[in-house]
Amino acid sequence: MHPVVPYVVAALLFGIGGFGVLRRRNAILLLMAVELMLNSVNLVLVTASATVRATLAAAGTAAHTGQVFVLFIIVIAAAEVGVGLAIVLQLYRLRGSAEVDTVPLADPEPDREPEPGPERVVVR
Amino acid sequence: MTVADVLLLGLGAVAVGAGLCVVTTAHLVRAGLYLVVCLGALAGMFLVLTAELVAWVQVLIYVGAVVVLLLFAVMLTRAPIGASGDLDRPGWPGLLVGAGAGLGLAALFVDAYRWTSVSLPDGPDGPGSAGVLGGELFRSWVLPFEVLSVLLLAALVGAIIVSRPDVGASDRGAER
Repeated sequence: MHPVVPYVVAALLFGIGGFGVLRRRNAILLLMAVELMLNSVNLVLVTASATVRATLAAAGTAAHTGQVFVLFIIVIAAAEVGVGLAIVLQLYRLRGSAEVDTVPLADPEPDREPEPGPERVVVR
Repeated sequence: MTVADVLLLGLGAVAVGAGLCVVTTAHLVRAGLYLVVCLGALAGMFLVLTAELVAWVQVLIYVGAVVVLLLFAVMLTRAPIGASGDLDRPGWPGLLVGAGAGLGLAALFVDAYRWTSVSLPDGPDGPGSAGVLGGELFRSWVLPFEVLSVLLLAALVGAIIVSRPDVGASDRGAER
């Protein structure tokens, strides 16, 4: 097994994921690109686990640390997708679109506050 | 070139091609289905690299749960039939950064590993089966495992609170 093959595949997938994160406007497609990047890191860890274990097996210290870390990353990615999609759905409910470049970065101006009518001013 | 090499090359080509389709297709739902193909090919690569448990966990959690969640989100936000033209920004900065990162990392790996060959681990401790991986997880990595369970609980509670519209509103009402 030549370890350079999966390593290069992982590097290309990471580049594709980064391209997708910068190019996509829809927040859900952006999360898919983030998943691609996370999976390329998983592939690097699994390949490193196989390569290093093949080298260390003679010394008797072979371990599966890389694969354990892949399990951790999968759990973290699942949590990230859950919270991220909750935020995306809330954004869609508030603004009617899930496009990330229409989200205002600053707080809204005070005069753009939609609710305050004259009676609220009277109450205050 | 051994059988493992041929399998890794084929599955890697499928994964990279499906990944390219994920970030370039104009159909929201097709992007999710291409993501399934890409993650499935990666699971096959994990199997070839003797990570059995990781491969099946990948199929269960990614293909089974994460992609279904993403498709649910697609349906809940906007479910267009056919292509939608407003999904992309102009691609040049992304192309520059993505190609730079991908090709740079690939060149780094090629320079580090050249065409060296290692034999895949075999024997009773070789493949990352559930027993071997579970033993290691609960012997050396118990504390991170428990911390991760707390993280999952926190993510669950956070997702519920974010998606409930009345939590923040009642706070603002109390202030008034």
